[in-house]
Amino acid sequence: MPTTIAARERLRPVRRTRTTNARRRESFTAFGMATPAVVLLIVFLVVPVALAFTLAFTDAKLVSPTPARFVGLRNFTLLFQDPTFYKSLRNTAYFAAVVVPLQAGLALVLALLVNAKVRGINFFRTVYFLPVVTSMVVVSLLWTFLYRKDGLVNHVISTLTLGHVEGPDWLGNPATAMPAIILMSVWQGVGFHMIIWLAGLQTIPAELYEAADLDGATRWHRFRHVTWPGLRATRTFVLVTITIAALSLFTQIRVMTQGGPLDSTTTVVYQAVHTGYDQQQTAYAAAVSLIFFVLVLSVSLVQRFLTREKD
Amino acid sequence: MLFRTRRLAAASVAVTAATALVAGCTSGSGSTSGASGDTLTLWTHNAGNSVELDVVKKIIKDFNGSQDKYKVKLQAFPQSDYNNSVVAAASARKLPCLLDVDGPNVANWAWGGYLSPIDVSGSEVPLSDQLASTVGDYKDKLYAFGFYDVSLAFFARKSVLGEHGIRVPTMDKPWTKDEFDAGLAKLKKSGKFEYPLEMGTGGTGEWWSYGYSPQLQSFGGDLIDRDDYKTASGTLDGKNAVEWASWFHSLVANGYMAKKSGADPNKDFLAGKSAIQWDGSWNAAKNAEKLGDDLAIIPPVDFGNGPKIGGASWQWAMSSTCSNKAGAQEWLKFSRQTKYFVDYAKATSTIPATDAAAQQIADYQPGGKFDVLVQFAREYVTVRPATPAYPYISTEFEKAAKDILAGADPKNALGQAAKDIDSNLKTNNYYSN
Repeated sequence: MPTTIAARERLRPVRRTRTTNARRRESFTAFGMATPAVVLLIVFLVVPVALAFTLAFTDAKLVSPTPARFVGLRNFTLLFQDPTFYKSLRNTAYFAAVVVPLQAGLALVLALLVNAKVRGINFFRTVYFLPVVTSMVVVSLLWTFLYRKDGLVNHVISTLTLGHVEGPDWLGNPATAMPAIILMSVWQGVGFHMIIWLAGLQTIPAELYEAADLDGATRWHRFRHVTWPGLRATRTFVLVTITIAALSLFTQIRVMTQGGPLDSTTTVVYQAVHTGYDQQQTAYAAAVSLIFFVLVLSVSLVQRFLTREKD
Repeated sequence: MLFRTRRLAAASVAVTAATALVAGCTSGSGSTSGASGDTLTLWTHNAGNSVELDVVKKIIKDFNGSQDKYKVKLQAFPQSDYNNSVVAAASARKLPCLLDVDGPNVANWAWGGYLSPIDVSGSEVPLSDQLASTVGDYKDKLYAFGFYDVSLAFFARKSVLGEHGIRVPTMDKPWTKDEFDAGLAKLKKSGKFEYPLEMGTGGTGEWWSYGYSPQLQSFGGDLIDRDDYKTASGTLDGKNAVEWASWFHSLVANGYMAKKSGADPNKDFLAGKSAIQWDGSWNAAKNAEKLGDDLAIIPPVDFGNGPKIGGASWQWAMSSTCSNKAGAQEWLKFSRQTKYFVDYAKATSTIPATDAAAQQIADYQPGGKFDVLVQFAREYVTVRPATPAYPYISTEFEKAAKDILAGADPKNALGQAAKDIDSNLKTNNYYSN
C-alpha cells in the first residue's frame, strides 16, 4: 500500500499540469458559452430583484421630486394593516387551491384520452391546445363578453333549462366572480399541461403495459401501478409549474374585474401592479412583491420536499 | 501564449461590456433632453384620434413654416399608453421638450419635477380670456394650458320626458334630487326601460372620478378637504358624502341604473335602451345629429349645493429637462391663436376655451345649440383637486364608488378610502417638497 501511494505521488505533478490545462481550457469554453445567458440573467433578473428588495425598505414613488429615502419597515407595517392585502392573500390561495388540482387532473384526463392511437387524434390534440396559444388578454376579453348578464353563457343556461334558470352577472357578483375566472383560467391553461402529461405518458415503456396485460391487470390497475409511478418526474413538474402560475394570477383580473366586485378577485400580484403603477407607490408595491416572492419560494420548497425522491 | 492572449481579449471584452452597461445606466442623469439643437420633440396622446392629431400637425406645420430657427418634431402615442410612456421617459430623463398632459395630472407632474413653469405673456390670446378650468396652475405658477374643455350633462329625448310627465329643466331651475328620483321612478314604472338611467358604470379609470365626484360635491361632500389639502377624513366620508353614497347605491338597488353598463353607453342611449344619459359634451354633436330637436341637453341635478361638473381636459406643457426652453416657449406662444382654439374645438366637438373662439363656431356661439354646454362649463365647474395626490385620490374614489354600487356599506367604503388617502398624504409628507 505505502509503495503505491508513493508511486502515485511521484507521477502526479506531470499529469496534473496536463489535466489542469485541459480543465482550464474547458472551463474557459464553458464560461464563454454561459456568459450571454448569465449577463442577461443578471441584468434582467438579479438586478431588478435586488432593486425591488431594496426599494421595499424605502419611500420610492413612481413620480417624485425627491430621491428615495430609507424608511425601514414602514411599508410592511402599512401592508399588514391593509385589509385589501389579506383579501388578496385569501383570493390568491383560493385560486391556487382550486386551480392546481383541477387543472392538473383535467389535463391528465385529456392526456390519457388523446394518448389513444386512433385516427384523427391530432385534431383533438390541436383543439385542446388552441386556447394556450391564444393570448390571455384576448381570452379574457372574449370571456368578459361571454360572462355578461345577457351573454352567451347565460343564454346557454337559459336554453338548457328551458328558461327556468336565469344566470347571474357572473363577473359582477362577488360570489361568482372568482369561480368564473377559475373556470376560464383552467380552460385556457389545461392544454399546456395536457401536452406535458402526454410527453410523460409516452416515456413509459410499452413493455410494462404488455406485461401488465399478461398478468391480467384491469385498466385501473394498469393506471395505478404502471402509468402513475411512471409519471413521477412529470407530476412534480406539472405541480410546481401550475402552482407558480396560479399564485401569480394577474392578467385575467386586470382585464376582467380589476379586483372587484368588493375585492372578491383582487390578488397579490394584481395589488402589486395596481399600487405600483396606478397609485404610483413603487416602494409599497416592492414590499408586496417581496412578500409574494417569499410566499412562492416557501410553497415551492414545501412542494420540493414533499415530492423528493424517498430512497 | 495563444491561450493567454485569448484570455486577455476575453477579459477586455467583458470589462468593456460592463463599462458600457454602467455608463448606459448613469449617462443622462442630470442632463437635458427633448431637443437636438433647435429641433424640438413634441409628444401627444393623440395617436388613433386622427381629428385632434390633425390639428396638432397643422399647428406644427404652421410653426415650422413661420420661422427658420426652430423645428418641432411630432411623436404621437395611443392614449392608453401615454401616461406610462411619460413616466418611463421621465425616469430615464428622456422627456420631450413639449408634451400634453391631462388636466388633473398637472399638479402631480409639476410636483414630480416633470414640468417647468411656462410664460405665455405676449401671445395672441391672453391667459385671462380662458375658461379657468383650462389653465393648469400649481402653487400659483402656470404649468400648462388647454385649448378646450369638456362638460358633463344629462342627455334625454324631450318626447320621452314629456310622455312621462317629466319637466325639462333649465339652468335657472335644474332638477332637484326628489324631482330626479321621482322622474326615474316614473320611467322605470312605465316598463319601457330596463334601466332608465345610463351613467356609464361599465367604464374604468378616470371616468369614475370625473363623472361622479361632481355629484358627490353637489351633495356637499368632496374628495379632499380643499382648505389645506391635508386630509380627506370628514370630507370624503362625512355625512353629506355618505348621503351621496346611499343615493348612488339606491340607483342600482331600485333598478334605475345598471351596476355595470354596456360597452358603449352612448350607443345604448341612442338606441333607446335608456331614457336619460349622464355623459360628456364630447357626445353632444353625435346625439344632436341623431335626435335633432328632440335632444334635451340638461344641466346636472342640484343635490343641495348647486349643480356641479368637473373641469380640465388635455393641456400643453413644457418639460423641466427641456434643453431648448426658449424654442419650446416660442411654440407654446405661437399655438395660442384664436384660429387654433377654433380648430381644436371643431375637431373634437369640445367647448372652446375662449369666448372669441366660441363666437366663431356656430353651435357654441351665444344662442347656438351647444351654447348651454359653454354655460355649464362656466357656471358649474369644480376642478378636480389640484394636488399632487390627485392620481392616488382618484383611484381610491373609483374603488370606493365601485364597491358602493356592488353593495358595500357606504360609510365603510368611503371611510376606508378616506383613511387610505390620509395615510398616503402622511407618508408623502403632504407632498410638501
